[in-house]
Amino acid sequence: MATPAPFAGTKTASRKAPAGAAPITSLIPGATGRGFWIYLLPGLLLLTIIVLIPLGWNLYLTFTSYRGIRPPVWNNFENWTKLFGDDVFWTSFGNSVAMIVAMVIVPTLLGLVLAAMLFDLVGKKFGSRIASFLRATYYLPQILPVVIAAIVIGWILRPENGALNQVLGAVGLESLQHNWLGSPDTALASIMVIMVWVQLGYPIVIFMAALQRVDPELYEAAELDGANWFQRFQAITVGIIRPEIFVVTLTCTIAALKVFGPIYALTRGGPGTSTIVPSYYSYSEFFQNQQVGYGATIATALTVVVAIVAIVFITFQTRLERRDEER
Amino acid sequence: MSTLTEKLRPVRAAAPRPPKLPTVHTRKSAGDWVILVVAILIGFFIAVPFLMILINSFKSPADYNSSGPLTLPTNLYFDGIVNFWTRVNFPEKLWNSILISTVVAVAAVGISMFNAFAIGIGRVRGRTWIVVLVLLANMVPQEALLYPLYYMFKQVGLYDNVWAVIIIFTVIQSAFGTYLLASVYGTFPKELLEAASLDGASRWQILWRVVYPISRPTLSVLLIFFFIWTWNEFLIPLTFLVSNANQTVPVAISVLQGDRLMDVTTTSASALLGLLPTLIFFLIFQRTLTRGITAGAVK
Repeated sequence: MATPAPFAGTKTASRKAPAGAAPITSLIPGATGRGFWIYLLPGLLLLTIIVLIPLGWNLYLTFTSYRGIRPPVWNNFENWTKLFGDDVFWTSFGNSVAMIVAMVIVPTLLGLVLAAMLFDLVGKKFGSRIASFLRATYYLPQILPVVIAAIVIGWILRPENGALNQVLGAVGLESLQHNWLGSPDTALASIMVIMVWVQLGYPIVIFMAALQRVDPELYEAAELDGANWFQRFQAITVGIIRPEIFVVTLTCTIAALKVFGPIYALTRGGPGTSTIVPSYYSYSEFFQNQQVGYGATIATALTVVVAIVAIVFITFQTRLERRDEER
Repeated sequence: MSTLTEKLRPVRAAAPRPPKLPTVHTRKSAGDWVILVVAILIGFFIAVPFLMILINSFKSPADYNSSGPLTLPTNLYFDGIVNFWTRVNFPEKLWNSILISTVVAVAAVGISMFNAFAIGIGRVRGRTWIVVLVLLANMVPQEALLYPLYYMFKQVGLYDNVWAVIIIFTVIQSAFGTYLLASVYGTFPKELLEAASLDGASRWQILWRVVYPISRPTLSVLLIFFFIWTWNEFLIPLTFLVSNANQTVPVAISVLQGDRLMDVTTTSASALLGLLPTLIFFLIFQRTLTRGITAGAVK
């Protein structure tokens, strides 16, 4: 089997100066890095106003008791102590794991298989038209505003005369009829299925674009070596589109940790706390309970978790790529 | 510390080889047909909710009540659509959404390009941390921004003004754009930059005459993503655009949801009208999008 093949594509992009040689200046000869600062100015200025200052403000609020009307009162680490002992907070993070399964792991794996299937089999044997039609269909939920998705899903999952229960009734499976979003045992699972539906199109579109990089000759060679479709998929496809796999998993993981809209629109975290996520918990503390200090604490904790995940991801990715370059 | 572009190199230029388009129809085995049928079935199940919106938008409430959401309408009924259109003053909401999404998409692509030019090509000092800092805009949960931004925009008189939302989303969307473009620009062909510089081009000229035209495919993909993402945003428009005349399409739909006078078919019509603009936009730009976020940096 052609094992070194997957990294053939990596080589072209790595003709950069070896790391650790002379201190790298700009790619434009004679231009120092300093002259480029002016291009960062508008972006960094806006970033400071819109994100960094509010973030600092939030951090300050985490050390206060603030109900939104009278000025914040400093209360040291009270919010943070409360946070670590708060069962709802830990439940919400537990549900984040479910969201990662539904928004990252399943869509990425399924997306890989479907993208390869559309590109390799459907596209090559039945024409690229039908492949792009199917790709557009898979992508549809991604362009749907979440409030509209919630309306439709409401019809489908509604306990009385909902479409799913009607279909179950029609085929004689009345016993399976259920209040899908309204009962604690199925609410989270239902949300997970919905999120897979929403997310699936994103990896498919990106992976299919990436697959155009795969050299068909590699496939032919591997086929001659007797590799079956799955072996070729594993060794060649996954290897070459790995950069995109990283982009998809990182952006989807951030989205999964921050997920808010679908929960807000579908269940509001309920029934009870069965579908609560950190983002929604923070929102409800901010705006329903007017516990602004505590809401800020949850939001800050979430930001820290997201930042750690992102940094770990990027470091891991760099290491993998550097290892490949050294080969 | 190694260069940022090595750290963030996930999105690499497409291989120089033009993709061979497989137009040759080879022999199809039974297995191929099975896979095609499976792919179509999956597509069907994904599309079911959309089909439901479509059939229920043209049904009368009586028709819906007697036969439920799954049957075809007995006769075409347009009152739901007309109702919704006039109730929310749809053209006004449509204009708000188009204005916000278009300005955000263009401005965010511009900011991303400037940032990425300095980071990926200019390789300014501390670029790794600059990218992490910029990415914070993408990592912060939006509800954390609401209180501070509410006070800030109220101070400068931009509360309940579409420009507040435009500024906020320009920053949020350009975080992703900076991350992506910086890595694409990090692998920009050095020869081109050297040639331009030998011809005496300034940084500004290099950006507009060399970098911008060559990276246009990537920029247009970003533009499409930003437009659709901004269009679908909900929480920030809901809190910052309180007066009816400033609302966006998704906000107008969700506000009507709580209305007791809304019957199911009007709701369905609202969903149909709400998703049509992005659907049309997507269909027009489909080809650009699928050229991929990675395409076009290096030819």
